[in-house]
Amino acid sequence: MTTDTQTSGYEIVARQDFSEVTFLLEVRHPMLAKAARAGQFVIVMASEHGERIPLTIADYDRDKGTITLVIQAVGKTTREMQRDLGVGSRLVALVGPMGIPSHIGKAKKVLCVGGGLGVAPVFPQARAFKESGAYVIGVLGFRNRDLVFWEDKFRACCDELILCTDDGSAGIKGLVTEGIRQAIAKHPDIDECVAVGPPVMMKGCAEATRPHRIKTMVSLNPVMVDGTGMCGGCRVKIGEVVKFACVDGPDFDGHLVDFDDLMFRLQRYKATEREAAAKFDENCRMRSIPDAAGGAT
Amino acid sequence: MTTETANGPRKKKKTIRMIPQARTPAHEQDPKARARNFKEVNCGYLVEDAQLEAERCLMCPDQPCVRGCPVNIAIPDFIEKITERDYRGAYDVITASNLLPSVCGRVCPQESQCEGVCTVGESLEPVAIGRLERWVGDLAIKEGWSNIPYIEPSGFRVGIVGSGPAGMACAADMAKAGCEVTVYEAFHEPGGVLKYGIPDFRLPNSIVDAEIEKLKQLGVRFECNTLVGRLFTIEQMVDEMGFHAVFIGTGAGYPSFMGIPGENLNGVLSANELLTRCNLMHAREFPNYDTPMQPGNRVAVIGAGNTAMDALRVCLRLGADSVSCLYRRSRAEAPARVEEIHHAEEEGIVFHWLVSPVEILEDGNRSVRAVRCVRMTLGEPDASGRRRPVPEPGSEFEIEADMVVYAIGTNANPIIGQTSRLKLDKRGYIATDENLATSIPGVYAGGDIVTGAATVIEAMGAGRRAARGMKAYLGLRDTDFVYQDRPDGAASTLFGIDRAEHGYARVRSPR
Repeated sequence: MTTDTQTSGYEIVARQDFSEVTFLLEVRHPMLAKAARAGQFVIVMASEHGERIPLTIADYDRDKGTITLVIQAVGKTTREMQRDLGVGSRLVALVGPMGIPSHIGKAKKVLCVGGGLGVAPVFPQARAFKESGAYVIGVLGFRNRDLVFWEDKFRACCDELILCTDDGSAGIKGLVTEGIRQAIAKHPDIDECVAVGPPVMMKGCAEATRPHRIKTMVSLNPVMVDGTGMCGGCRVKIGEVVKFACVDGPDFDGHLVDFDDLMFRLQRYKATEREAAAKFDENCRMRSIPDAAGGAT
Repeated sequence: MTTETANGPRKKKKTIRMIPQARTPAHEQDPKARARNFKEVNCGYLVEDAQLEAERCLMCPDQPCVRGCPVNIAIPDFIEKITERDYRGAYDVITASNLLPSVCGRVCPQESQCEGVCTVGESLEPVAIGRLERWVGDLAIKEGWSNIPYIEPSGFRVGIVGSGPAGMACAADMAKAGCEVTVYEAFHEPGGVLKYGIPDFRLPNSIVDAEIEKLKQLGVRFECNTLVGRLFTIEQMVDEMGFHAVFIGTGAGYPSFMGIPGENLNGVLSANELLTRCNLMHAREFPNYDTPMQPGNRVAVIGAGNTAMDALRVCLRLGADSVSCLYRRSRAEAPARVEEIHHAEEEGIVFHWLVSPVEILEDGNRSVRAVRCVRMTLGEPDASGRRRPVPEPGSEFEIEADMVVYAIGTNANPIIGQTSRLKLDKRGYIATDENLATSIPGVYAGGDIVTGAATVIEAMGAGRRAARGMKAYLGLRDTDFVYQDRPDGAASTLFGIDRAEHGYARVRSPR
């Protein structure tokens, strides 16, 4: 049934570069596209020697049989993916959907907040809320105008959209918390907030909604290996209890999450990651030297 | 089975005085050298060692070893074949019951199974059954032997969830019964705990791959990168995907922590994470492989089971200066195999018996500095029959460490429970009857996801037991059962059908 794809990997059918560091991959996996729900993630291996990295599903197309991943090239693995993965190339491993799907409840008015790379994974949730009949207010945060992506996709599924940039080059000037403040001021009856992005941003969102007692769900992305509950690397503190983000999450109540603990635990492999990135830089330089020489002759 | 035949020459009955008195030692890597490499510790027998050790079997008529084996290998029969220099025959005898001799010969706790009840063991050291089994298995891999029986397709399709020892054993039996078997694995490589858990110095991954290859020759298909429950559910397998029977052998993956302060510090991890990074993801070859590993110079491992021993010895091989084991009971109660503890001690692991951690201390930078422990004494026996450890008041002390590894067992993995209506027991494991049938007809489960953490061979035993149940459910004749003429004639038949055939009449049609 899927033996052929299994042996030869998972084909990339589209790629789009949003900026210097952010890019989108659309991967063919009909079964996964059929099973995926908002809020779930996959684990990807780009090469035989690669590491397993968790990525939240940014979109899925059941008719085309594809899922969409948005990746930020920050470490060795993701930069290598940025360099090597084009249309027609294949991922060695792609497994999922993992985690408990987001609970799309009966909320009537929902705030969907995405910051930076988190803009992509909050999209399926915004769309799911829209489909369930809710009034959806999107709040998207980027550093500047050049980094903005998917504004059109959000416009199509949000009743209101607040775009925030750090330098004010697009939308309002300020962080997403400023957007949240404006949205709450205008709509005192917001039932629920969903925030996806870097931990520090999700922490800010949780603090912004806490005084208003708005239920705030955040999607956590800690370090993990298998994504099936087996390694326990992804344990997070939710109130007084320890949970595994991969099988008990990845969505948790933002007002209970210990973000400081999460941010410290994300630093665990910093030193080795730096080493790998430095070595990668070195290799890229070494590779570019013969290229330049070849061009000259 | 007997040592004499009707026409052949009678063999002289062996007595305990006639056999080689000392157990033939296995060749082992020197402890100093092996503590820094990942090559196998136990290098196994040479042919002359195997010959010598095989002579030590008394061929006793009682055969307690066969009953002691979870999969009931005809142990004296294969040993006899070795003495006859019919090594292929020995392999045939083993593989009639056990498809993975190279794996089981290495990782079975023989001292509490076959070797533990060996008749020779009553007066001398028992026959080294495990080493002989391994020798035969390795020889088969080297010679490329495999036993592919004639398989008559039955038309049934069987889905197996998890490619660890339980799934592999079940897959083999169902494939031999003519079923079309598909094994699903969530990781990118098949093998389960044999790959991610047990390190290369105890069970090389090449051996696991060789054994998986034999399953493929039986027609078993492996589908990796498939998370059953989330990609499709158990119910979908039965209702939509056309599987006539399903076996769940997902293992007990959800590591336990103690809930003491400091567990979320950087440098604290589960043995599962450590072993997976090191074994499956090749973190020890970083940066040639991308998966990183935290460096640990002074490592403390909590627990004294086989997983703890693996974690301890892996840390040593990764270059740690000192590696210590913290266990709240004494050596006598340690659940690890005696051989593993012995190997660990030889390699320089420091054991702190009767010690329990109460807090993991921080270095001021969110990393581990030390473990605060309390000394224990043993009190009255508890429910498990082992003496309960009791903390000694005022005995707290610190052990310096920059890495702490938890190897204190696992809880039930929640994924199958979250995504199906299968009945679970109180602890979250899958509830089954004695034939390992679950609450959904046609769905069977076995191994750690039913019993909680156990051994490789017990999981294989469960996989085979479930296979028997599945065959009965599908109406397939039990190929293990040998039909013989009954002396009592008509009394053993019912309407002209042998009573032993009862339950094996075809009641279900695959199409």
